[in-house]
Amino acid sequence: MTKNKALENQALMEHDSGKGAFSRRNFLSFLGASTGVAVLAAACSKNDVEDPNMGVDLGSGDVGILNYAYALEQLEAAFYTQVIASSTNGLSVTEAARFNDIKLHEVAHREFFKAALGSNAIPALDVNFTSINFSDRTSIITTAAAFENLGVSAYNGAGRLLKSADYLLLAGKIVSVEGRHAAYINDLITPGSFAKDTDSNGLDISRTPPQVLAIAGAYIKTKINASNLPS
Amino acid sequence: MNLDKILGEIEKHDPEVYNKLDTRRHAMKSFARVGGRVALAAVPLALGAMFQKSYAQTPGSATILNVLNYALTLEYLEAEFYATAVTKFAQIGVPAGAAQAAITKLANDESAHVIFLKTAITAGFGASSVTPKPTFDLSGGNGSGTGPFAMAFSNYGLFLAVAQTFEDTGVRAYKGRAQELVGGGDYLTAALNIHSVEARHAAHIRSMRNALNIASGNAVSLVPAGITVKPWITLSQSGIDTPAVQASYDGAVPESTTTQAGVAITGIAAGITTTAASECFDEPLTAAEVLAIIDPFIV
Repeated sequence: MTKNKALENQALMEHDSGKGAFSRRNFLSFLGASTGVAVLAAACSKNDVEDPNMGVDLGSGDVGILNYAYALEQLEAAFYTQVIASSTNGLSVTEAARFNDIKLHEVAHREFFKAALGSNAIPALDVNFTSINFSDRTSIITTAAAFENLGVSAYNGAGRLLKSADYLLLAGKIVSVEGRHAAYINDLITPGSFAKDTDSNGLDISRTPPQVLAIAGAYIKTKINASNLPS
Repeated sequence: MNLDKILGEIEKHDPEVYNKLDTRRHAMKSFARVGGRVALAAVPLALGAMFQKSYAQTPGSATILNVLNYALTLEYLEAEFYATAVTKFAQIGVPAGAAQAAITKLANDESAHVIFLKTAITAGFGASSVTPKPTFDLSGGNGSGTGPFAMAFSNYGLFLAVAQTFEDTGVRAYKGRAQELVGGGDYLTAALNIHSVEARHAAHIRSMRNALNIASGNAVSLVPAGITVKPWITLSQSGIDTPAVQASYDGAVPESTTTQAGVAITGIAAGITTTAASECFDEPLTAAEVLAIIDPFIV
C-alpha cells in the first residue's frame, strides 16, 4: 500500500460517521480497524506481473490444484519406479514387496490425475534424482520418507484451496493412503516414528503449494509456474 | 495496489458484503471478549467461525459445529480406549519397549485431539456447545460389558484388532465429512491434519498386527489364514477373523472401490491390479454408517 493510499484510508476512517447502511467507506474503516493487514496483503499479491516464460503453468482454481497434485504424484511415481527397477536397492524381500505396492499406488494416482484432468493436464515432468543413490537402502528410504511426508502435508495444505467438494473428497481418499505410506517408511527409518511430526495438538503438518514446491523443486528439472494457483 | 479495484472484486462476488460485515464487526467485538480465554492454537479457528457468518459459500456454523462434535465423539472413544490400555499393559500383554511406546503415542495423540476439538468448539461456539463425553462400553456391548470385544484388555491380538478397526474407521469417518467443510478454511485444514494422523496410526497398528501374526500365528493375531495385513487396506478385507468389524470396511462406498470420479483405476497402467486399485484410494463412511459402528460402544 502506498503512503498516499494509507493516508487516504486514514482520512476515510476519520470521516466515517459509522451510521446507516454499510458502505465501501465503512468497509475501509473496518479494515483499518481490525483485519486489514492480512486481507490487503492477500489482495496485493494478485496483482503481480506474470512472466509468460516461467515454465509449465499449473493453471488456476481447482484445475491448478489438481495439476499441483498431479505434479507431486509424477515425482513420487518416477521415484518408486526407479527404486523397483534398481536390482541393487538393498531392500529386504518384504520391504521390496511393500515398495512395489507403493509404486503401484503412486503410478495409479498419477494416471488417475492425468485421466481426470484430460486436456487440462500438465505434460510429463522431467525429474532430477542425481542426489539419490538407488543402490543404497538408506538413501532410498530417507528420500521415500521425505516424499511421503511432503505429500501428506501438501494434500493437507491444498484442501482449503479447493472449491469443489468432489475434488476435496478425492484428495482425501489419496492423502490417507499417502499417510499410510509415510507411517510405514518412517517406521523403517526409526521404529515408532510413524507420526513423529505431529504437533502438541496431535495434528499433522500442512504446507502451502509454495512451501511444498520449494522442497520438491530440487527433484524436478522442469520449471513449474505455480503463480496462478489459488492461495 | 488499488483498493477500489479490490473492493469492486469483492462486490462482484458478494454484492451484500457491506451489510454482512456489520455482523462480522459484532463478531470481532465478541471475539475480543473471549480471546483472552482461548488457547492460542484455537484462535485461527475462532476467527474462522466468525468469518463463516458473512460468507454463504463457506460451510454454515451449524454444519461446522456438527462435524466438530461428531469428530469429538469419535476421539472421545479412541482416547478412552487407549487411556484404558496404557493402564493395563501387563493384563493385555502389550510387550515392553516399542509396542508399549506406540500405544502410549496413540493415547497421547487421541487425548490431544479431544482437547484440541473441545478448545476449538469452545472458542468458536461457546463451552455449552461442546458435546459431553458419552459413557462407553469398550466391549461393544451397549453397556452390558459382554460385547464381542470384552476380552480386548486381556488379549493382545484382540486389542490390536480393535485398535486397527477404530483407526481405520476414524480415517473413513473424517474423510466422509470433509466435504461438508469445503471452503471452511482453518476448520477444514485442522480436520485434514487429524485425518492423516489417524491414517498414520492405522498403518502402524496394521504393521504391529502383521508382526504379531508372523511371530505368533493366526490364532494369536486374529489375522485370517492366507491374509497379509499391510499398512494399507486391501479390497474390503479387515484382516481380522471376526465379522463383527466388517462394517468398518464395507459401506455404501466400500474400501474395495476401484472406480474414482468415473475413472477405472484397475488396469490404468501396467501392474495396476484390482488389489492395487483398491489399496491406492481409501474410501469414506457416512455419518450414519459410522454412528452405527460405534453405537455398541456407547451406553
